[in-house]
Amino acid sequence: MRGDRIRGVLWGLAGVLAAMALWEGYKALAPADGIVIGELTVLPRTTDIAMPHIWDMVARLFDPVTRAAGADVLWWAVLQAAAFSLGIAALGWLIGVVSGMVLALLMQRWLTAESAVLPWVVLSQTVPLIAIAPLVKRWGTAIHIGSFEWENWMSVAVIASYLAFFPVAVSALRGLKSPHAADVDLFRAYAAGWWTGIVRLRLPSAVPYLLPALRLAAANAVVGTIVAEVSIGLGGGVGRMIIEFAATASGDPAKTWAPIFGAMLIGLVSAGLVSLIGLGLGRFRRGEAPA
Amino acid sequence: MTGTPVAVSVKAVDKVFRTRKGGEVHALSDVSLDVAPGEFVSLIGPSGCGKSTLMRLIADLDGVSGGEIEVFGKSPEQARKDQDYGIAFQQAGLLPWRTVRANIELPLEIHGVDARGRKERSDELLALIGLEDFADHHPDQLSGGMKQRVAIARAMAERPRLLLMDEPFGALDEMTREHMQNELVALCEETGAAVVFVTHSIPEAVFLSDRVVVMSPRPGRITGIVDLSFAARDEDLREDAAFYEGVTAVRTMLHGAEAGAGPRGVENR
Ligand SMILES: Nc1ncnc2c1ncn2[C@@H]1O[C@H](COP(=O)(O)OP(=O)(O)O)[C@@H](O)[C@H]1O
Ligand SMILES: [Mg+2]
Repeated sequence: MRGDRIRGVLWGLAGVLAAMALWEGYKALAPADGIVIGELTVLPRTTDIAMPHIWDMVARLFDPVTRAAGADVLWWAVLQAAAFSLGIAALGWLIGVVSGMVLALLMQRWLTAESAVLPWVVLSQTVPLIAIAPLVKRWGTAIHIGSFEWENWMSVAVIASYLAFFPVAVSALRGLKSPHAADVDLFRAYAAGWWTGIVRLRLPSAVPYLLPALRLAAANAVVGTIVAEVSIGLGGGVGRMIIEFAATASGDPAKTWAPIFGAMLIGLVSAGLVSLIGLGLGRFRRGEAPA
Repeated sequence: MTGTPVAVSVKAVDKVFRTRKGGEVHALSDVSLDVAPGEFVSLIGPSGCGKSTLMRLIADLDGVSGGEIEVFGKSPEQARKDQDYGIAFQQAGLLPWRTVRANIELPLEIHGVDARGRKERSDELLALIGLEDFADHHPDQLSGGMKQRVAIARAMAERPRLLLMDEPFGALDEMTREHMQNELVALCEETGAAVVFVTHSIPEAVFLSDRVVVMSPRPGRITGIVDLSFAARDEDLREDAAFYEGVTAVRTMLHGAEAGAGPRGVENR
């Protein structure tokens, strides 16, 4: 077990090193105008503007964001933005997981619910994020309950949850339906109620299906958050930072990459946090694992 | 209770399955059978003759198409809700995430027995099946015979007056099987439960049963009942002439019934 984990980390590091070697290798060997076939640039230019050196990108992290007096150092600004986005993504993930589970339970409980809801669940994912972002924002701002004010970050969380609930709903339903007929019969013989069956049989059986879905939901929530930050125009997170810094690309190419590192960091952290959930659930993964 | 002398009463029961393609399978036709309290009754017959179906009807896992079943004078549904029977299937069906002890305690837990009561009972049962040292193991760490023993202990956890067992030893090798049969005899003598036991091993049925019910397929029906009254069911019985007579009697009835029954179906229950 322990050896496996260390090997995993080593392979991960090897992957990062390989990516870095590829970057610098291509930059060193390919012509400055990139690889052009006819009129078409099939591989990118290798100028310092298009592909800064890795060490330049890293070094840039330790300079201030702007030349203005009192500006934060870049890595700190990126870290704050990443934490902000991670917070929203986590909230979106939570909402998505809860609503995905509730949907799956409804669909498991009532067959008609499954045939009525499942097509919509699938269909919902074909609507592009860019299209729903303004809608969510508009609907949100129409909500007035007492002193409650809908804010943009809430729209972003809702959109992240919209992407996160899908894998959870589908996998949870599959998992809830996974117990053998004989086990279901056994619970019927015990005159166990629906909820008892859920808690003692169906949810435990669903764990091996749920863990990958939770991971996928986390990745979706992160992507959803970053894209929605851009579409909604929410400042403070990594999404807006990517757009803002891209505007300065010609003058300060290395800076563009800093928020992208931030986005990668969010992805890593969220994946790590979700796999922590799996640690406590080892006993539910005994016996035959699903394909 | 109602003072009724029968554990299970099956009267003129019919069971017809409608398949999705619109066909009909006549799984049971005019089946009648009484099981007395404490009596061990085996159902034997070729695959597809409705043994599992009959057991599932008694357990209220399925409903009759015609006729009537009573369990301790109640409807099967009421008997199920009152937990009047314990049940074990061919596949042990232990929950893989639960330890041996937690599997045995499952019905007690579902029915709200407190932790102390559960532990007392599971200690007793673990001793009974000789798996005290495996209480904290998980099913994937057990052999087939051990798993089946756990499943039987689980079926007995609530001291039911009726045990329903569908080929519980079907997946075991011959050695383990005989050993388990001896244990089951001992357990039944201790608890005095009535047993409805599905098997397709003739020696197994003869060794265990007070009565062997012989069934034949298409439509599933009872073709005869062999009464066995052995003085004692122990290892000596397996070599006894009376035992062989019983085996011959069942086999004769079975083959008489099977003549003209056509090819056997595939056993899947
Ligand atoms: N749920 C079901 N739907 C349709 N047919 C069934 C179902 N269960 C059993 N049968 C049919 O009923 C007959 C009796 O089955 P079963 O009781 O399992 O036989 P046995 O246990 O004696 O092998 C078989 O022909 C089987 O195909
Ligand atoms: Mg069967």
